[in-house]
Amino acid sequence: MEEKVKNITADDQQEYVINMGPQHPSTHGVLRLVVSLKGEIVQNLIPHIGYIHRGIEKMCESITYPQIIHLTDRMDYLSAHINNEAVCLNVEKALEIDIPDRIKVIRTIMAELTRIQSHQLWWCSFGMDLGGLTCFFYGLRDREKILDIFEETCGGRMIVSYNCPGGLMYDIHPNFQKRVKEFINYFRKTLPEYDQLLTGNVIFKERTKGVGRLSLEDAIAYGATGPTGRASGFSCDVRKQEPYSAYDRVSFNEVLFNDGDTYHRYLARIAEMRESMDIIEQLIDNIPEGPYAVKMKPVIKLPEGEYYQRVETARGELGVYIISDGNKNPLRVKFRSPNFVNLSILNEISKGWKIADLVAIGGSLDLVIPDIDR
Amino acid sequence: MDNKQLEELITTFDQDIETTEGKQYLEVTLPADKLHSFAAQLKENDKTRFDYLFCLTGVDYGQDLGVVYHLRSTVHSHYIVLKVRTSDRENPKFDSVTDIWKTAEFHEREVFDLLGISFNNHPDLRRLFLDSSWGYPLRKDYVDDINIVTK
Repeated sequence: MEEKVKNITADDQQEYVINMGPQHPSTHGVLRLVVSLKGEIVQNLIPHIGYIHRGIEKMCESITYPQIIHLTDRMDYLSAHINNEAVCLNVEKALEIDIPDRIKVIRTIMAELTRIQSHQLWWCSFGMDLGGLTCFFYGLRDREKILDIFEETCGGRMIVSYNCPGGLMYDIHPNFQKRVKEFINYFRKTLPEYDQLLTGNVIFKERTKGVGRLSLEDAIAYGATGPTGRASGFSCDVRKQEPYSAYDRVSFNEVLFNDGDTYHRYLARIAEMRESMDIIEQLIDNIPEGPYAVKMKPVIKLPEGEYYQRVETARGELGVYIISDGNKNPLRVKFRSPNFVNLSILNEISKGWKIADLVAIGGSLDLVIPDIDR
Repeated sequence: MDNKQLEELITTFDQDIETTEGKQYLEVTLPADKLHSFAAQLKENDKTRFDYLFCLTGVDYGQDLGVVYHLRSTVHSHYIVLKVRTSDRENPKFDSVTDIWKTAEFHEREVFDLLGISFNNHPDLRRLFLDSSWGYPLRKDYVDDINIVTK
């Protein structure tokens, strides 16, 4: 009898397995993590994905290049504009079209606004995951202002589809510059509130500092990019390495930290919002005059060959790899999505931490599930 | 190091490779059995140091199946593209590069899932997105009468 009781006590070394997800509030989508636990400590973690696999790469093989743009919106829906831009830049590069400066500048401003609103939504949901519900309201309050700017100019709020090969779908709204400047002034005042609410909070610091450390070697070996990689000191900003659009004419800093823990992944995103505002401020008063789109042929056919375009989305490096056989639809399109790769480090960095820390670690990777599944 | 110097250097690693100057990156086509040793050399050699595998793509060219590796060096900031091909559509197999770049583990599972290309020495080669009742959807001869409409 005593023997039996001993077998089921908590300090027993037996491992047990639980499913976290596919419907779990902290994964913000349908992601299932099969977690092996010893007591509360994570021993091993296997992600199961594919719940919203739509076969976007297969669909791309039967549609034309302008149509592909609208599918890329549905991958990482928080970086929709930047995904569009990646495909457009790749098509324009293949056709060797010169893009007027006006388009480049508008694209850059829109991309940075997209980055800010994405980080705002990440910030509010990250705070909420860790028990700070107030963050959610503060974050959404500010994000709404960017979405209103998008709505005015693009028609859409999240799924903007504003780019097309050769330029933009339509010109910016007459109010655009005024409203962006208003927003920057407003957000310069409200961003310190984010720090007051969360960054300096003792409970928040206790739950994030030193938790889930990713070393620089692992960041490179696993290919973790974006703020996740840069928090570990991996210099991976595509905007610096291969400047596209108007990034070669603005000055900004690549945010780098060395600690690589959850807290520094958080700090990296907060710092990036400031850098994005700097970029927008440099460009917003200097939008050159000119056409908003270059006239393209009605049917776009890429010359035979292979084209690769890297861009920096809010979550990391997005690669668009197009193999063309000269037809109006591609032979193969591959999206190297940042979230897919960033998910692969989750097992490595959550081993040895408690299951409650897994929520913090997963939140700090800022995963968007449709981008993983594609 | 620019593409010319890089090309000269890597031809000393292996005689069997075929290099072409791509539109952006230097492209190397090599036989499947040389892939692993050549990739390991690219990473270990101090002058090349390709330590960051940023994209791994499986491709169905129609006749052949192939895998394309996009590499970057975080030390020297140069790029290279590796390509391997096989005409065996029944049982295509390449060596896994998971032991060289850890990121390949997920990418190779994806290629296995969608194209049916398997990898030797992969630690955990299972289907990733789909369950085993599916075929290999990214192959050109994949048939789905209900969901794929051909005009």
